[in-house]
This record gives sequence, C-alpha cells and structure tokens, in this order.
Amino acid sequence: MATSQANRSTVQADRVRRVGFTVNGQYHQFVVGSGPNEVSPSHTLSWTLRNSLGLMGTKVSCDMGACGCCTVISDGKAVLSCKVLTVECDGKTIITIEGLKDRKTGALDPLQQAFIDHTAFQCGYCTPGMIMTARAFLNENPRPTEEEIKEALSGNFCRCISHYQVIRAIMSVAEKGQ
Amino acid sequence: MGGNYRYIGKQMPRMDAGAIVTGSALYLDDLKFQNLLHGKVLRSPYAHALITQVDKSKAEALPGVAAVLTWQDIPEWMGGTPRRLRVLDRKVRYVGDAVALVAAETEEIAEEALDLIDVEYEVLQPVLDIDSALKPGAPLVHEEYPGNIIPGGTKLLGPKCLKGLCTGDVAKGFSDADVIAEGTFGYENIPNALPAESVGAVAAWEDPDKVTVWGTSQAPYMDKVILSHVFNRAVQVRCIGSHVGGSFGTKITCWQIQTYAVLLSKATGRPVKVWLTKEEHLAAFTLRIGSRIQARVGMKNDGTITAIQGTWYVDSGYYSLTTQTQVAVGLGELMIMTQCPNWDLKTMIVATNRTASGCTRGFGGQELECSFMPLLSLAMEKAGLDPFEVLKKNYVRPGGGYFWRDGEWYQYGGIDFSKAMDAGAKQFGWKEKWKGWLTPSAVNGSKRRGIGVGVHGNADVGEDAAEAYVQLRHDGTATIFLCVAEHGTGQKSNYAKLVAEVLQIAPDRISMTPADSLVTPFEFGPVGSRGTYAIGSAVIAAAEAAKRKLFSLAAPKLGVDPGELETADGVVFARAHPEKSLKWRALGSDRTILGSGRFEPDFSLCNCLMSFVEVEVDTETGKVTLVRLVLATDVGQIMDPPGLEGQLNGCLGAAGVDSATFEETILSRSSGHILNANMIDYKWRTFAELPVIERVVLETPMPTHRFHGVGVGEVATSPGPSAVLMAVSNAVGTWLHEYPVTPARVLQALGKVAGGKGGGAR
Repeated sequence: MATSQANRSTVQADRVRRVGFTVNGQYHQFVVGSGPNEVSPSHTLSWTLRNSLGLMGTKVSCDMGACGCCTVISDGKAVLSCKVLTVECDGKTIITIEGLKDRKTGALDPLQQAFIDHTAFQCGYCTPGMIMTARAFLNENPRPTEEEIKEALSGNFCRCISHYQVIRAIMSVAEKGQ
Repeated sequence: MGGNYRYIGKQMPRMDAGAIVTGSALYLDDLKFQNLLHGKVLRSPYAHALITQVDKSKAEALPGVAAVLTWQDIPEWMGGTPRRLRVLDRKVRYVGDAVALVAAETEEIAEEALDLIDVEYEVLQPVLDIDSALKPGAPLVHEEYPGNIIPGGTKLLGPKCLKGLCTGDVAKGFSDADVIAEGTFGYENIPNALPAESVGAVAAWEDPDKVTVWGTSQAPYMDKVILSHVFNRAVQVRCIGSHVGGSFGTKITCWQIQTYAVLLSKATGRPVKVWLTKEEHLAAFTLRIGSRIQARVGMKNDGTITAIQGTWYVDSGYYSLTTQTQVAVGLGELMIMTQCPNWDLKTMIVATNRTASGCTRGFGGQELECSFMPLLSLAMEKAGLDPFEVLKKNYVRPGGGYFWRDGEWYQYGGIDFSKAMDAGAKQFGWKEKWKGWLTPSAVNGSKRRGIGVGVHGNADVGEDAAEAYVQLRHDGTATIFLCVAEHGTGQKSNYAKLVAEVLQIAPDRISMTPADSLVTPFEFGPVGSRGTYAIGSAVIAAAEAAKRKLFSLAAPKLGVDPGELETADGVVFARAHPEKSLKWRALGSDRTILGSGRFEPDFSLCNCLMSFVEVEVDTETGKVTLVRLVLATDVGQIMDPPGLEGQLNGCLGAAGVDSATFEETILSRSSGHILNANMIDYKWRTFAELPVIERVVLETPMPTHRFHGVGVGEVATSPGPSAVLMAVSNAVGTWLHEYPVTPARVLQALGKVAGGKGGGAR
C-alpha cells in the first residue's frame, strides 16, 4: 500500500485505477475500488487518513464542512478533509497534525509549542484543526493582525471557548514571524 | 492573594498538552478494536406512534449484517427516572426514537440494512409543548403517567428529595411587600450544549453475564452504576473512559447508546460500536430541559424579597434520567441567589413528544434562573431598584441557608461573596453605566447600548461521594487511581498538582490510571463544579493516607515518631533534625504504598458567579451584539490560572450566554422534527464575533478544602442569558422576555414588524 517513492502520479494499467499522494512526507498509493485496503470513490480524505492510514489526529466532528475540526494542509492550503474525496488527492502533498513536528529533530512546530504554553485548548477535539488552519494561514501571512487571525479561524468550531487563548498562542508565534 | 504553594496556583502545561497538540490524544472514535462490528439505529419518522409490524427479514438477509434487533428481541431492560423506560419499545415517542438496532461489518452495510427494515406504524397525535401536553384529554406520552405529568423526586437523592419550596408564610410575605410582580416566563429554546465530539459507545459482551463498555462519558464509574441498574443488576459491567471531546454535562447520560451497543454485542458475540452522526447528536440525543415559571414575587422598597409563590413547569421531553435531580438542584440554586423567608413554589415535570432532556451545564439552576429573572426584574423596576444592589443583597451569606436537593436545610458555611460582586461592578463600571430600567446606557444613532447583570451559585461543589487511591513507589513517583476521564477542564492535571503539593514531589513524577471502573474506586465523576472540592478532597485524602503509611514505615528506621516526619522530593526527614533522613528508595523496590481517600458530600458551601454584560442593539436590523462581559467570582484558591480562565470564558458556548441571542433548537410544533439538526443551521459563535471578556477572581480562603479552593466551572454559563435579556430590554426601552432575542423579536419589540411568534421553538 505505502511506498517510499515520492512524486508518482496516477498509474493506469490493466484498467486498475490508482490514486497516489504524499502524507507527512511519505508517499501512499491506493487502488480505487471497493475491496479491502482500496479507496472507494466515495471515501473522503478524512476517512482515508483515519481508517486507511491510521492518522487519528485528524478529528471529524460535523462531517459536512461546517466546523473545521478535520482541517489538514493540502498543497499548502488549509482544506476540510471531510469535504475532499480521496480520489481527488492524486499527486497532492498533504500534511496532518502528526506531520507538523520536525521530522529530523522531532521538535514541535512553534505553533504546537505555543498552544501548550498558552493552554490554548480545553477538550482538545478541535485543536488539531485549529493548529492546521493557523499553520497554513501563518505560512501565507507570517505577521498578521489579531483581526486577521480571527477571520482566518472563523470556520473553526470550539465549544469549550478556547478562542481567546488560541488567539494569544497564534499571536505569540506571529510576533516572531514563525 | 491565595496561598503560598509550590505547585498549586502556578501555571504549568497540562499533562495531556503534548498529546493534544500532536494529535496523539485518543478519543473513543480513535481507538482500534479487533473484530469490531458497527451498530446503527433505525429511527422513527413520527413524533408519536405505535409500531404495529416490523419485517426485518430483508435486512437480516443482507450480506455483512450480523444482527437486527427490535423491541420484541430484547430483555426487559429499563432506564430513566422513574426506571420505567424500555430500551426499545413498541411505542415511539419522538422523531428519532429508536425502532430497531443493526450490527454489521461496516457502517455502510449497517445503514443499508436500516433501509431494508419494513415498519408499519399507527400514528398517534403528539404533544409537542407544555400547553398541549397539559390540556385535559391530551394524548399520553406514557400510559402510566396521567396528564403527562412525570412523578417528581428520585431515590438517588433520598426520601425527602426536594420537589418544591414551601416554607414560611407566603400570605404574610405578600402583605409585607411594597411591590408585587407576577407573570409567566420561560426559557424554552432547548439549546444543545453540542460538544465537538459526538456521542458513542463500544461494548464487548462475554457470556454469560459480563460486559465491558468504552464510552464518551467523563464519568465512567457512573456509567457502570447506571447500566448495572438498567440490566437489573444481573450483569457485571466494566466501564472505561478515554479523552472526552467536550461534555458540558451531557455525556453522563449516554446510557441508551451504551445499551444499544451492549444489546448488539450480546446478540452477535462480537464487540460493537455505536457512534452517533452529528445529525443524531443534534436531533436524537439529550437537550436542555424546557423551563417555564408562572409565579409572583413580593419585594420591599429596600430590595428585600418577601415572598415567592407559583409553579415551575419543566418540559422534560419524552423522558429523562436526570430531570428530577435537576429540579431538586435548581430549586436549591434559586434559594441561594434569592434569600427569601416565604416560599410556595411547586414544580411539575411534563412529558412531551420531543427528544429526551438530560444533564446539561447549568443543571436545572440555569433554566430556572433564566425563567425567574425576568419576573424579578419586573419587581425591581416597580420598586425603582438597581438590580446589582438587589442581587447582591439577596445572595446567601454567612448566617443564611437553603434547602438542598435532599430536602434538608443547610446553614451556609462559606464566605461572603459581596466583595467579589463589588469588585466586578467596579471593573465593569456598573454605577456609571446604569441609567435606570428600560433606559439605554448609551445611544449612538441607530445603535443603542444596554447593560444587565445576573448572579448564580451552586452548592454542588461538595456534592456526591468521591473516592481515590494514591500509590507511592520507591523511585519517588506516585500514581493516582481515579475514575475521571479528561473532558477539557484540565482537572486531571490539577489532581496531580494536589498530590504533588501533599507529597512535595514534582507533578511530572505523578501519573494516573486510565478511567477504568475495574481498576479504580468509586467516583461520581467531574460534573457540576464538584471537581475541585469533592474529587480534589478525595485525592488529597488518599495522598495524605499514603504519606502517613510512608512515615510509619520510615519512623522506626530513623528512630523518631511518625508525627515528627516530613517528606520532599522523595526523601523523608525529621522536621526538627533534617539530617535524619531516608530516601523513599531505601524502603525497597519490592514495596508499594497505597493510600485510600474518600470524600463525604458536604452541601454547606456554594460557589458564586456574577455576570455583567453590555450589549449593542442595532435598531435598524434588530441585531444584538454582545460587546463585553465581566465575570466576577471568588474561588478561595486558584488551582490552575489558564484552566480557570478557560472555564470562565466557556460561559459563551455550551448553550450558555449565547442561548440568549442566537442559540436554539428549532422544533417543529406541528410534526416534532428538529429543523436545524446540523452545524450550519444550528448557530454557534465564531472567532470573528468574540466579545471582550474580563475576569475578576478573588481568593478568599474557603474554610473546608485542604488548600481552600472551590470549583466554579459549571456556573460560568448560568447567570449570562438572563443578564443579556435584561441588557437588551434596557437598550431597546421595552421588555423582551423570550429567549433568544432574535432580530425578529427585537424589531417586534420596537414596533417595526408585526407581531406573531418569531424565533424560538415553534
């Protein structure tokens, strides 16, 4: 199922359709179909990440694109993985919450550390989505204003109301341009 | 202020912080189970109907289906209060009620099988609100409850369980009053606390009579207790908790979903997972109780409340496990905030054909207060009194007391909260902004500002028994045995802090068992605001007991009396002669030391939260914007500053303050369908519209807690909604009495649109 070769694209041979994409630096290729270990055309990216790749850090709450909990980064953009079909991901580079750590040193992303330092979570269910949304946003806009952060995160649901501590955590990273 | 402690009150990372930010924290839906089947529920399309026939043969024949169960296939298991509600019944009582259960190899197959079950119904007339349920001759939701009135009281709270408040001389109270206000006021928008994580269970049955249940509750031991009763005490139940993705009280009433998983596992001999979709979470899980008060209140011109008389109607939905307890606690909470000598307040629990009510943050008190405050406001307006002064004057203080849930009178043994209220008023600028009733605090063109205030307190801080063990090991570490699943408050980390403080070892030397009822002693769970005082005291007692054992083992080796010993950083030493010391290690690696702690309920204390709110009303559009909140409290001793901040900020969500402006479950009053059962149509606050929140937290040592603290988490939501209603009324210049104050209701109050029902349940 998984191979270490990167940047492969779809291979069509013997009428077998495949979809291949990179997740957290590792290339994965699946046969499109309805068998075990195959990707069904109806599978969402969140389903595949959780059920085929075992990446449980991506949380699914509403499963209809309303809450932002399942946000991952696809080709640099924050996307709702419950609203993306896996078969649409061919050739994409995807980063999930598990892939934010520095792969060589194991160091946390500055945003992850800031969320710890500011206790920017309560139950933590929305936190991976918040961090991924914020990471994609800061990559595009490293020194945003507080208002811009609020706008960027306006699609992320949090019921515990961690918002105020989240804003402080993101601002602390933004001030350093990280 | 606050004590001078090594760990308590200091900000430090939560024990689970690293796991949460890296995605490795495991919630129920993240756990892997071997040989797992997936369970799904066929739900009723009718609010009230009899099932006349079920044909499940086609569903059973579908490849991959392992079991299909209907009311005819299951044991006589019942739950709720009174414990008379069948897990599956021949009658369905709300749109979404369970008709059949399916277990299959995949969720998709289970869903397909649901479509293959043929059900014939005899549709009955539903009763969808209190008025229609109480009409003479109304259809009965349950045949055994005439008039749709569910019996009050619950065995859980004892034979004198509070069902009403009747004390003093109400006639005299009204004759002593300078003003009397009366009317009917409700808080009936049945908001959903709506944690991000849905609700579910995995059950693994072992013949003949054992089951293990993995749940989404923060209180797994209580799951075990509740399920044991449902199974007629004939099944050995083990319950295990994981990380909980928010609860706000709601997830302690998961017994039905857990029972579905148990039934399917029993039928198939394999583990079965039942996981509610978000639509089911919104439309087929528990909601807040609906609350309506028809009452009158007497008041003197100095703000003394002289009499309260009337009836509190509680819409419980089709059934509930907790409503009787919520009624009992809610009455006590009203008495804490309204020290009145003369009461005649009756209660009536009404069954209606909508989804069940259940435990929700605020637990009866919020619902009653939100109904009562508009009435009290009328009296305060008549007497021309500042609501801040009246609320402060009537809040319980030393010398006062209240009836609590068990029907007993408790002399209040806590602190005077008026200092915190004054500090909050000063921070808010209450005296400068208050211009009188129905008068805006500022007007800027079409925008008008108004202010409001509310107060709430709960004696649940010391409710229910708590038990914990603390185990010491020779390597200077300790383990807490406690049945608490972390649901966001950070209390598990606080328990490590408490033990760290008692044993004087670093919190990172302390670990905690999983919340597993087979491993830990009894624990009621982190509900209400009992985490700090009730659970915390049990943990502290366990650590103290372990420390005493440690000292009794070390004393002979050091040649001193155990009473002369102290410990710090894994070393025991004589207080007066620190050179006489012994490392824990010297006691041997073949030994562990176990201390056990128990907390007995204590209702003599309460907490207090006063909320000051400022709103801006756009008189052109009717939109209400919550501009600023000041939350004032006294917690005795802060355990964890960011955790406390999070709990207080949480006032907005979880069917809290925002239930005054936009949060509501919209129930069709004709068909019984919930019309906004998704996260787009159910409105929630976004980052883009955050009000300013300021917290004023005093630390006046509380008398009974070892470290002088008291919990306040639950009540953060409670005083807010009525304060918002008051603020909007003041801004607009006319009374608004219905939650939520939607733009339609504001424009109607301003006379800009025609009357009729706008917003809210309809």
